[in-house]
This record gives sequence, C-alpha cells and structure tokens, in this order.
Amino acid sequence: MSLELSIKDPGREQDMFADRAIALFVVVVLMFGVLVARLVTLQIVEHETYQSRADDNRTKIQTLAPSRGMIYDRNGRILADNKTSFSLAIVPERTDDLDALLHSIVEILTLTPQHLGRIRNALDKPRRPDSAVVVLEALSEKQVAMLAVNRHRLRGVEVTSQLIRSYPMGELAAHAVGSVRRLTKEDLRTVEPVQYSGSQFIGKRGVEAFYEKSLHGKVGYQKVETDAYGRVRRVLEVQGAQTGQNLTLHLDSRLQVASVAALGERRGAIVALDPRTGGVLAMVSQPSYDPNLFVTGMSISTFDDLASSIYLPLFNRAVNGQYAPGSTFKPVVGLAGISSGVTQWSETIEDKGWFQLPGQERVYRDWSWTKDDSGGQGQVDLNRAIYRSSNVYFYDLASRMEIGSLLEFASQFGLGRNVAVDIPEASTGLLPTPEWKRKAKNQPWYPGDSVNLGIGQGDLLATPMQMATVAAAIANRGKVVRPKMLLSSDVSIDEVGTIDELPSVLGLDGEDWELMIDAMENVVHRGGQGFRGNGTAWAYIGQQVGYRMAGKSGTAQVVEITQGEEYDEEQLSEFRRKHAWFIAFAPVDDPTIALAVLVENGGGGSSVAAPVARAIIDAHLTEELASIH
Amino acid sequence: MTQDFQRRLPSYGASAGTNTSWSDRIHVDPILLLLITGVVLFGLVILSSAVDGNEALFDAQVRRIGVAYAALIIAAQLPPAMYLRWAPFLYLVGLGLLILVLFVGIEVKGSQRWIDIPGLFRFQPSELMKIAVPMAVAWYLQQRVLPPSIKHTFFSLLIIALPAFAIGVEPDLGTSILVAGAGVSVLLLAGLSWRWILGALTLVAAAAPLLWQFVLRDYQRQRILTLFDPQSDPLGAGWNIIQSTTAIGSGGIFGKGLYQGSQSYLDFLPEARTDFIVAVVGEELGFVGIAFLLTLYLLIIARGLYLASQAGSTFGRLVAGALVLTFFIYLFVNIAMVSGILPVVGVPLPLVSYGGTSAITLMAGFGIIMSMRTHKAW
Repeated sequence: MSLELSIKDPGREQDMFADRAIALFVVVVLMFGVLVARLVTLQIVEHETYQSRADDNRTKIQTLAPSRGMIYDRNGRILADNKTSFSLAIVPERTDDLDALLHSIVEILTLTPQHLGRIRNALDKPRRPDSAVVVLEALSEKQVAMLAVNRHRLRGVEVTSQLIRSYPMGELAAHAVGSVRRLTKEDLRTVEPVQYSGSQFIGKRGVEAFYEKSLHGKVGYQKVETDAYGRVRRVLEVQGAQTGQNLTLHLDSRLQVASVAALGERRGAIVALDPRTGGVLAMVSQPSYDPNLFVTGMSISTFDDLASSIYLPLFNRAVNGQYAPGSTFKPVVGLAGISSGVTQWSETIEDKGWFQLPGQERVYRDWSWTKDDSGGQGQVDLNRAIYRSSNVYFYDLASRMEIGSLLEFASQFGLGRNVAVDIPEASTGLLPTPEWKRKAKNQPWYPGDSVNLGIGQGDLLATPMQMATVAAAIANRGKVVRPKMLLSSDVSIDEVGTIDELPSVLGLDGEDWELMIDAMENVVHRGGQGFRGNGTAWAYIGQQVGYRMAGKSGTAQVVEITQGEEYDEEQLSEFRRKHAWFIAFAPVDDPTIALAVLVENGGGGSSVAAPVARAIIDAHLTEELASIH
Repeated sequence: MTQDFQRRLPSYGASAGTNTSWSDRIHVDPILLLLITGVVLFGLVILSSAVDGNEALFDAQVRRIGVAYAALIIAAQLPPAMYLRWAPFLYLVGLGLLILVLFVGIEVKGSQRWIDIPGLFRFQPSELMKIAVPMAVAWYLQQRVLPPSIKHTFFSLLIIALPAFAIGVEPDLGTSILVAGAGVSVLLLAGLSWRWILGALTLVAAAAPLLWQFVLRDYQRQRILTLFDPQSDPLGAGWNIIQSTTAIGSGGIFGKGLYQGSQSYLDFLPEARTDFIVAVVGEELGFVGIAFLLTLYLLIIARGLYLASQAGSTFGRLVAGALVLTFFIYLFVNIAMVSGILPVVGVPLPLVSYGGTSAITLMAGFGIIMSMRTHKAW
C-alpha cells in the first residue's frame, strides 16, 4: 500500500472539510455582499435615474395632427375635404431580416420591381433611428386588408392612416381654391414648427395658402405607453388637436363649372364677381391642373410636364396674368373725360378712320380700317364711341386729357394695384405714369403714349380680376368693391384684419353712370342697324337675351412677346394673335354678376370672348331664377 | 481504518441505526426541501408575471418542476456507494458524448449543444457534466491523502479541463464555467492550499491578456466590452444590460408591484422569462424582493454546506459540498450578469428561470446532497 493511504485520516479530513466549508461559506457571504451592494446602488442610490429611464422607455409623446378645415362653396358644396389614406411604413430596426421582409411585402401586395426599388430608395434616405419610414402611400382597401391578414409575417411594418386633402372638383377649381403641398424644411422656417410637427401638408396656393392658419387648426399631443417595438399599448394622456376652421367661399361651383365649360379648350381666364359684395363667384384659369396630384404625389415626368409646359397650367391667369386691357378700358377713359370736363355726352367728333397728333406724321388707325376700306365711323359721340368701340374718339379724348388726372381716375377702379381682400398673390397690373416710364425705360412721356393709353394699349396692363372689378364698379354706378374669396367661416378669422372699403369713383353723378351703362348695353343689345349702327357684340350675343346686360369688348394687341428661340414658327404666330376680352354685368338695373373674360391669343373680343361671357351670365341668372323659385 | 475498509465494502440497504428519523428513512432533508420549495414557489410567482399571460408556458414549467422534484427524490434514494462506483463511468460516458456532440450534435442558436435521439428525446451532455465532473474529481481525490498533492491536483485539473474545454468550444461559456466551477469547488473543499489558490488567481490575472487575445471569441470580447460601456452599442450588445439594469433600478426598494413591471410587460427586457428573470423580480418586487430571494439562496447554501459536512464519507462531503458551491456559482453569475457586473453568459437563475434542464439537474444535485447525508451507515 502506498504511503499516502497509510497516513489517510478520515477524522482529520472531516475537520478539514468543515474548516473549508466555513471558509468558503464566508467567501460566499462576501460575494453575496457584492451582489447586495450592486442592488443597493441600482435600486436605492440611483433609483431615480433608472426610474426616469424606464419611464422614457415606456412613454412617448406623439403629436396629433389637426384635421384641416373644409372649404365649401356658397351653396355648401365641398371644394376641399379630407379623406383617409393608408400608408405602409417600415421601422427597419424592428425587423431581423429586412430583405426577407421586403420580399414578403412585395409578394403580399403583388408589387413590381419598380415599387421595390422605390421602397429601397425611401429606406436609404437618412432618418432618425427607430423611426418609421413611409415607403408606400395611398394603399387600396384590399392592400390594407392583405397586410392586416399577414401581420404576423410582417414585424417592423406599420400601416398608418392619415387624412389627406382631396379636391372633388379637381382641375375645375384648382386656381380658385388653390392647393396644399407636402411640407418642406423651408416651410418650417416660416411657420411655427411645433404646430406642424404632425402635419404633412401646407397650403401653398390660393385660398389654401391665404387661410392656412385657420384651415390648419392646432396641433394636439398624446402621451402613450409603447412597447420595445414602438407599438402603442395604451394612451396615458390626450390633449386633442383642434380641427381647422371650415370656410365657405363666395364661389359658386355650378357657375365655376359653367365658366370652365364656356371657355372650353381655349387658354384664358374668367373672373366673375358679385358686384354687391366683391365676392368671387367664379375664377377660372385655363389650362389648369389637378391639385390632387400635389397631395398624392405624381411622377417626375408628370410634374415636368406641368412645370415646363409653355401653356403654363400652374400659372393663375385670373389674378396673375397681366394683359393690355384694350378696348375694355374705354369706358374708364370715357368716364374720366366726363368727370374732368374734357368732353360731354353731347360732344361729337368726326371719325375718319384714322388719327394724327398735331404736327406729327404717325397715323393711328381705327380697328374698323381693315374691315371696311371706306374708313371711319363718321360722327361719334361717347355713347356711339363705346358701342362702336371707336378708337379715333378715344385717341382724341386721351390726347386732350391731362395724363395724370386720367391715371388717377383709372386708379380709383383698382387698376395698378391689388385691392383684393384675400388674394395677396394677385398682380397689380400697371398704370404707366410718366415717372414710371422714365424709371423703367429711361424715356420721357410722349403724347403718343397718351393716345395709346386711350384705347387701353401701350404699357397699360391689367389682370382679368382687375377688369372684373372695373365691370363691378360700373355696375355699382361708381361703388368700387374689393374682390374677396371668403364668404363666411364658423368663427371669425385672423387672416383678414379690418379692411377699409374703397371710396366710390369721384366726379360723376348718377346720370353719367346711367349713360355709360346705356352705351355698354348698346354694345350687346343694339342691333339690326347695319354694320355702323350695331353694338360690336350684338351679332355674336345680342339676340334672344332674356335680360339686359351691359358689356364692352376688347381686342388687345400683343405688343411684345419674348422672342424665345424655342418657339417654332407656328407657335410664334399662335402667341402673336390678339387677346380677346369682354367685360360685362347683368342685369343692368340690379346687377348680381360682373365679370371679365380673357381668351389668350383668342382674336376678337366680341366674337370670341363675348359669347363666353354671355354663357356664364346665362348660367348665373338661370340659376339665380331657379333658386328664387 | 475500519471506516475506510467499510467504505470499500459498501453494504446496500444496511441502512440507518435505530435512531433515524422518518425523514432520514426517506432520505430527504426537510429543512433543505422547505427552503428549495420556497425558492420554487417564489420562482413560480415571478414566472406567472414574466410569462405575460401565456398560461401554457406556466403550466409547462409547473410540470417540469414536478419532474425535477421526482429527480430529487430518486437521486436521494440512490446510496452514495452507487454514486462512487458509477462516478468514473458517468464521467467517461459524459466526456464521450461531449466529443460526439461536437460532430453529430444539433445546432441551436449558433451553438452545438444537443444530442438528439430521434423519437425519444434531446439532451445536453454538458448538463450531465455539472454533476459528473465534481463526482469524478471527488472519486479521484477520495482515494488520496488530503489535502491533495501537486500531482493529484494536476490530474484533478485535467479531469475538469477536458470537459470544460469541450463545452467551451460548443460554444457554451456559461455551462463551461459552471462545470469548471463545480470541479474546482471539489479541489477547494479538499483542502487545496490557500497559497496555491492565490497563486492560481494571480496566474489567471496575468494570463488575462493572452486569454483575451487567443481564447475569447469576438462576440465574447464584445460582451465584456459592453459591460464596461453599455451605451457604446445601445441597440446591440448593450441593449440587454441597459434594459435589465433599468428594470432593476426602476424597481426601487419596494418595486412596482407584481404584474406592474413596464420593462418586462412592454418587452424592453429581453429573455425576461429565462436568464433575465431576476430583473423582473427587481422591477416588480424591488430590493426587498431580491433580498428575500437572496436570503433563501443563502440559507440553502448554508444548509447544503452543513449537510455536506455531515456526510458519511470524504466522497460524499466533496460531492455534496461541490454541488452546493455550483449552485452558488449559478446564482452569482446570473445575478451579477443581469445587474451588470459580469459579462452576459448564458446561465439561468437556479430554480426560478423558465426551462426544464437546469431545474432537473439542480434538483437531482440536491437529491445527491441529501443522499450523501442520509445514507449514514457506509
């Protein structure tokens, strides 16, 4: 037996074991002490830190985007509302295998490789960690259902719903109502970012832009408890969002549709006002665009087509198109002559078909020169000068007037400035003063400039809305109204402060207005008297009119066009054609509509623009009659 | 001398003297059993919260606990002599299976630990080694003079190192540590000189950089780095530690109340049912709750060590003592890792974490401890 066995001592071994067990137990107790010390640190000393960390983990503040106020027309028809749209969002951190997830999505929704490419692009953009990336928008009901059924396979996928803007009238009222666009970083500099923390869109054009603050509403928030995957488990606290104001516009959607139809395929603009209030009953600018595209998104090529079309569909001709008003300016010049005493209603001149300033060689021709070689309209007073649209009469009158007083008079009608209440983007047009000419062209004011001004040509520019305002002022016998989109709102609106009423046109008595309106009635209704006896528009619109209307045609020369090299010859000639104007109001005794029609490069005002105006007034008055009965 | 002689001629069934109590006759220590049951019940209460309404999981655990109790009773009935006789074979078979598992094992979650006997069952040979290794070392040492000589210490370490290494390459660092810990515990209890122990600790500390460089795998290094700075990778490796310390710390002294823990209910806490369940205790029952659990654990260890010291043979004492210390290593490593003072290794909280294998091994271990104490006359 080995030595070791001989000295093996069980008793000693047992004692030794006891010693070791005690020693190791002491070590165990010490190590328990380490654990307890750690727990004391975590749970007692640093408890508050971890408590708040747990709360941060669990609670999140979510913003609640307010739903945008609705926009109605004067009859309560919806011009802009909100509809629910479903989007697919992915939180890449929450999925273990992004490729497999995308594969599942493509399979479930039967998407194309192009979709997949777009999804990947969206996911590649820089973003906050753990945030949901919207990869597909405007999902169909069926797609939403498919995603719900397959939810177990789609960890990290969220289907979110949001209200998006919808314009039921689409192109028909795009320029009248305006549109919203996707909120950009630049936008956030101009608004209170907190208010927009939950919003995706902001009003960018028209009423949507001007009344943005009221329409947008106030943001709300909710404190929610979320799990580790960011899913909301319960809502702890809610401060609801405040829905935006509903707005009702003066716009009459039926008249709007009738106006668009009357203009047809032609380029141009129409503004129809209620002369009693200035309310805009119809505002058309053609070609137009579908504002819904800016909400749901469009392809780059569609946008390029819109943005770069030479026909400018995004351009609101009604308020931003500035054109020489041509003969539609003549009533203003005539009234200016009366008010300044330079002419009287009884005064006549000999219209030989041309006009020359004393001591100058240049010949200013009448429009009728080309039509009838015999030349001239004979003896012309102001009434006849209006319904025959005699250029010579107004050349003569303007040349005899002091330019400053003529412009000042014209300015009372809202020309050369923007008098609209809630259309700040409207252009001012141009009343060319000698001061302006010196500054802009570095040229003195020639007597010829006054002559041109007399027939609404030269540097004079006006927008269709301004000419509608002129028509309304005449309809009102001198009371000038400000164009206005908003009819009413649920509560008073911040955007429009107190706006002074415009003063009435000075220097004329009631008789003067009636005589001018008679002359303008003749434009439409005076017929059966031969070429020199008929109103210019009678042949086109003067028959079988069930009411009395007053109007004035205009055929404006396109003085200058940009000699853009990209225009081919055909287009150049198209853009060189004259603009057709017609301003009108009806019924003459108690006008409820005053309007301006402009057809770009349309040709003659009486032949092209007047029928449009008549169709609109017909629609308006028929409807009005219908609504009375 | 006589005792030694007797030990070599064990007499089966020649049980107990006339004075043995009823509990000795059924080979169960009522105090230890009571303490264990305390932990088990505490564990079921916490698990009922951690399963978050999934009653099927809870029922499954109750069934497993039942099996584990059966394992305890059975292990307690087997006489120490039988363990002694079977110790080397158990060890060799276990080692063989460990090597086998490396070739034919089934891979679960990136590590090859399981042997599958189709149609029958699956088991982890490494689990068996938590008992087989301390038994083998005790079997080896009980024949030698104690404290062990350098030579015997060396062979003992070899017995420990082979399976620990085999488990480590599966890789299953947690079990490897437990197996090695169980074996080393035997050496410590056998009277290994303190000087050597200190020397060995110094050596390990000195070799740490080499271990870091050549032994540890990338993910293991990452876990250690994360321990020191969890925020360096808050969504990856650091997530577990951040969330578990947050859970424990937010519990405070009295906790948020049972079923009220936001960290576990809202799924922030990973592995809340299994390895990280102590964080649920900390969050819902607070410091008081963990302290209560720790107290039960400490009492189990104290009672276990007492029973071990009362065992009728060196083999019995060493095996029983080592199993108690393994139990301690289990709970220490687990709580230390969940509370963020040790790197994350896969070690469950003994008798509390959801899962059957470790519960059965642990309970069998307690059965063996009781067996060593209650089978006196050999």
